[in-house]
Amino acid sequence: MAKITFIAHDGTETVVEAEPGMTVMEAAVKNSVPGIEAECGGACACATCHVYVDDAWREKTGPPSEMEEDMLDFAFEVRESSRLSCQIKVVEELDGLVVRTPEKQF
Amino acid sequence: MDKTGPTAADGRAAPSSEAPIETDAVIIGAGPVGLFAVFELGLVDIKAHLIDILDKPGGQCAELYPEKPIYDIPGLPVVSGQELTDRLLEQIRPFEPTFHFGQRVDALERLADGRFRLVTDRGNAFVAKVVVIAAGGGSFTPKRAPIRGVEEYEGRSVFYAVRRREDFRDRRLVIVGGGDSALDWTLDLEPIAKSLALVHRREKFRAAPQSVKRMFELVEARRMSFHLGQIAELHGSDGQLEAVGVRSKDGALTRIECDAMLAFFGLTMKLGPIANWGLNLHENLIPVDTEKFETSEKGIFAVGDINTYPGKLKLILSGFHETALMAQAAHAIVHPDRKLVFQYTTSSTSLQKKLGVR
Repeated sequence: MAKITFIAHDGTETVVEAEPGMTVMEAAVKNSVPGIEAECGGACACATCHVYVDDAWREKTGPPSEMEEDMLDFAFEVRESSRLSCQIKVVEELDGLVVRTPEKQF
Repeated sequence: MDKTGPTAADGRAAPSSEAPIETDAVIIGAGPVGLFAVFELGLVDIKAHLIDILDKPGGQCAELYPEKPIYDIPGLPVVSGQELTDRLLEQIRPFEPTFHFGQRVDALERLADGRFRLVTDRGNAFVAKVVVIAAGGGSFTPKRAPIRGVEEYEGRSVFYAVRRREDFRDRRLVIVGGGDSALDWTLDLEPIAKSLALVHRREKFRAAPQSVKRMFELVEARRMSFHLGQIAELHGSDGQLEAVGVRSKDGALTRIECDAMLAFFGLTMKLGPIANWGLNLHENLIPVDTEKFETSEKGIFAVGDINTYPGKLKLILSGFHETALMAQAAHAIVHPDRKLVFQYTTSSTSLQKKLGVR
């Protein structure tokens, strides 16, 4: 299992246990983490599961794919650390991962 | 996700006509379930017209995940959204459905003779004996621009589509986005705008390379400007935009004076006008019975993701099942004088004739 911490815009922290193989978005939805909408259900077809990956974890999660970058065009306040959480696969090495959710999902 | 540009809007849709199109059934939504409804209705001799806001068939399968594999279609261990769409189109071909793309059904009302009159946002009218709502998650509509406070300007000086090109003549225009809609409108409006600035957050574009090349030629010729960054601020009052602030990657803020902004941030699904048709709704879904999949209005059916009933699952396969039962009930309305005999496509001569295999 991998522990993932979601930090909301207002600073509220939610810690969830995620099973390797699922996506960070799925871990969020399963545990009703606020700030993740995932309108398209994980098809990389919207931008409503947008997160900012904590700088300490960016190397491990890697950069967004080209298709994901295309979708990030539709997101709110996109930064260098922006990812779509449905495109981050949970692996053991991501145990301890910290991501922040944006003020709004569009 | 990005097909609101001039090409798509004027695509393959049927031309506007004065006299309404009279037909047995109108199916609202040409996603997989709407397409299969043509098949089930066709088997019981009901002719159908389909109307969809997208410029192509397939609904979410074609628009959201054409390449994604689907694993739970019976008999097809793996099939992509596009392939499923293509196969359904092949399957319903014998029933010669008529498609009306690029338009949304805005009005639906019952006529004195019991039939229904539907009018689309392009002014096309239909008169049908039954209506099948297969609208999935609702109609695809442009997404709100992800900018703080944008609501205040929407409809007055911030727009998500071009209704009348002339509205932008001699105006200082900012266009936001990097897809075909943004680039197509940039090239289309540049000659008539007083000034035009395109804003996109990164160097890569989703739009066709030739459009991007043409845009940069216009920038080089000083006929427009291009700004790399995201809109961070809107300045103006009473809904009238005066300027926008563009924040670049390094944090620098550039002010662009403007009268109007056109923003293209893809599509999202909204229930839309269905809410105004007098049907009972439950949390943006249409409650139906599980015998006929009929709504609170006799003769109006709802199948697929748009409906709800105890135990409902939003699966394509559930939608397929719903169309088969719906067609039985629709037959009683469209052909009240005919007795419906249950038949199998494997053995029925009459069904095989309809399918063109005999």
